[in-house]
Amino acid sequence: MKILTGNDLKSGAVVWWTGYDWSIHVEDAVDVGDQADAILQREEGARRVNASYAIDAEPDGERGVRPAHIKDRIRALGPTVRPDLTLKPADPNAGNWVI
Amino acid sequence: MYRYDQYDQAMVDTRVAEFRDQTRRRLEGKLTEDQFKPLRLQNGLYLQLHAYMLRVAVPYGTLNSAQMHVLANIADKYDRGYGHFTTRQNIQYNWIKLEDAPDILADLAAVEMHAIQTSGNCIRNISSDQFAGAAGDELIDPRPYAELLRQWSSFHPEFLTLPRKFKICVIASETDRAAMKLHDIGIRIVKNAAGEIGAAFYVGGGMGRTPMIAPLIRDFVPLDQLITYSEACLRVYNRYGRRDNKYKARIKILVHELGKEEYTRQVEEEFAHLLTQGIEPPIAELERIKAHFTDPAFDQGASDDLDLSDPAFALWVARNTVAHKQPGYVIANISLKPVGGIPGDASAAQIHLMADLAKEYSFDELRVTHAQNIVLPHVKKADLHTLWQKLDAAGLGAANLDTVEDIIACPGLDYCSLANARSIPVAQKISQRFAANGKTGELGELKLKISGCINACGHHHAGHIGILGVDKKGLENYQLLLGGCEGDDTSLGKITGPGFTEDGIVDAVEKATEVYLAERAEGERFLDTYRRIGMEKFKEAIYA
Ligand code: HEM
Ligand code: SF4
Repeated sequence: MKILTGNDLKSGAVVWWTGYDWSIHVEDAVDVGDQADAILQREEGARRVNASYAIDAEPDGERGVRPAHIKDRIRALGPTVRPDLTLKPADPNAGNWVI
Repeated sequence: MYRYDQYDQAMVDTRVAEFRDQTRRRLEGKLTEDQFKPLRLQNGLYLQLHAYMLRVAVPYGTLNSAQMHVLANIADKYDRGYGHFTTRQNIQYNWIKLEDAPDILADLAAVEMHAIQTSGNCIRNISSDQFAGAAGDELIDPRPYAELLRQWSSFHPEFLTLPRKFKICVIASETDRAAMKLHDIGIRIVKNAAGEIGAAFYVGGGMGRTPMIAPLIRDFVPLDQLITYSEACLRVYNRYGRRDNKYKARIKILVHELGKEEYTRQVEEEFAHLLTQGIEPPIAELERIKAHFTDPAFDQGASDDLDLSDPAFALWVARNTVAHKQPGYVIANISLKPVGGIPGDASAAQIHLMADLAKEYSFDELRVTHAQNIVLPHVKKADLHTLWQKLDAAGLGAANLDTVEDIIACPGLDYCSLANARSIPVAQKISQRFAANGKTGELGELKLKISGCINACGHHHAGHIGILGVDKKGLENYQLLLGGCEGDDTSLGKITGPGFTEDGIVDAVEKATEVYLAERAEGERFLDTYRRIGMEKFKEAIYA
């Protein structure tokens, strides 16, 4: 699947395209098929997202969506060396999902 | 320490107001990202993996405690409670919000700090010896000259759009503690045969994808022509440095392609011309700057006695303190490398504590080192035990300076958008491995440096042991380098062979150290043994 990501303009937070809005949770990301460019152009123009791009991903059981590249998995979770600052601080195995 | 005059302050305040307006216009949609990006980068604001990242300049690594407190406040108020001290003696924050950035810059300006020229193709923060003004082996304090260069290079209209970034380092001692020859310009203040003081210029060093050691292009420039000569070096580069290819745009490539002789000839020609133009700042300005760098009021009767009966304290003294030029004092190094910790990271509470300790025990002064540690430059021996106890209680007492645990590591793939692999977890595993096998002390001086990609922010080329993260078909992979060094006898490390996984690289490092322990001659460091016996035996053990 193709999903869209970027950073929130104001906060810089990593965000994922949900089909109508941006979410900080990668599991909310939807497959945009061949619509990536059109959506990104519109959303950048509306200043809802910054430095956006399309990536490959695959559906991933209970965790929802798994970006193909490790860099985007680290973006999705947070720094692996600071589990306390990730989106899943309570889950001791969250880091394994990255690798 | 240098204090801003009205001009410095006005420049910085004006810039804060400008950036506040630019940020407002960006948030209101009056500027596109393409228009705004160069503006935010000029103020040190990058967009990295998880958020905006702000890089704050610490001129030649020198700070006072009020400034250090503000760095801690920024970590607390605008970030997530910590900061990362870098190999360029700066500090970076990883979780900055765009809307907060102008307020942060205003907080910095209130203590004479900024983030100007910490990004972009301009002259970056000037680096220097972290022991400047305290070391016994220095000719003079290099910082007034670093400050003069800072003023000259700040907003220098001719050098704001160079072919590529530009890094200058100034030292004034025999021992190079600042990787001087790996800068675009390395300046060593020296004495000539006639006993006069001047500057030796090394030009065209650097790391990145094409590491080069800067050749000496002139062994003596009178100090009252320092700026003129620097300007000549920059002018030739600005004119002929390659703008067609980002990867060939650094001055090292120009010096290499022209050859040292031809580059030098052109610099000398430009220098002769510039001397007729009278561009050197007036001596009065240098004198004004110098007046800020006089020695603190040392206690002339301070005792050299030190009670080393506590073994943990004795170990810290042996490893983390360095002789001071003033009897009764030492230079104390605070290691930001606790076993299993993140190299260079410090919490807001730790930054506040270091600020307080500097105020109480080090004449209000701190330094950031390129090895990502903090220095209290002027500590009275009589205060050292109390100081150590306070550091230790706050997790800042690691006794491992210049050992295998004192690892330089760039942010890598945990934070950096250019990374190929993570650096920090490798550093953590290595320091844990050696803390567990108890060999840290036996190995002595061993400089280990890790970068998460070829840009070499973690100085891997210059590590006795270097590690470079690469991408191997989407998986993190690590190359091992041996034999790099950044001191007086600067050398570049050589790759051992095929790369390793994350766990494999930790084993490989351990095997390399075993070869050293088996082969070393009396008094040899890891680097010396490698230089004597060469790569072969290491390779055999590592790939066995
Ligand atoms: C996280 C954001 C960072 C980015 C985007 C970045 C980018 C780069 C790039 C592109 C280069 C290569 C320049 C060239 O070869 O022309 C470089 C070199 C370098 N950077 Fe970084 N860097 C980052 C963080 C850091 C940090 C955290 C440090 C200090 C720990 C650092 C210190 C250096 C040093 C010392 C060099 C090599 C010296 C040189 O050749 O200029 N950088 N950086
Ligand atoms: S070396 Fe590469 S990964 Fe590390 S900070 Fe520099 S650009 Fe990022």
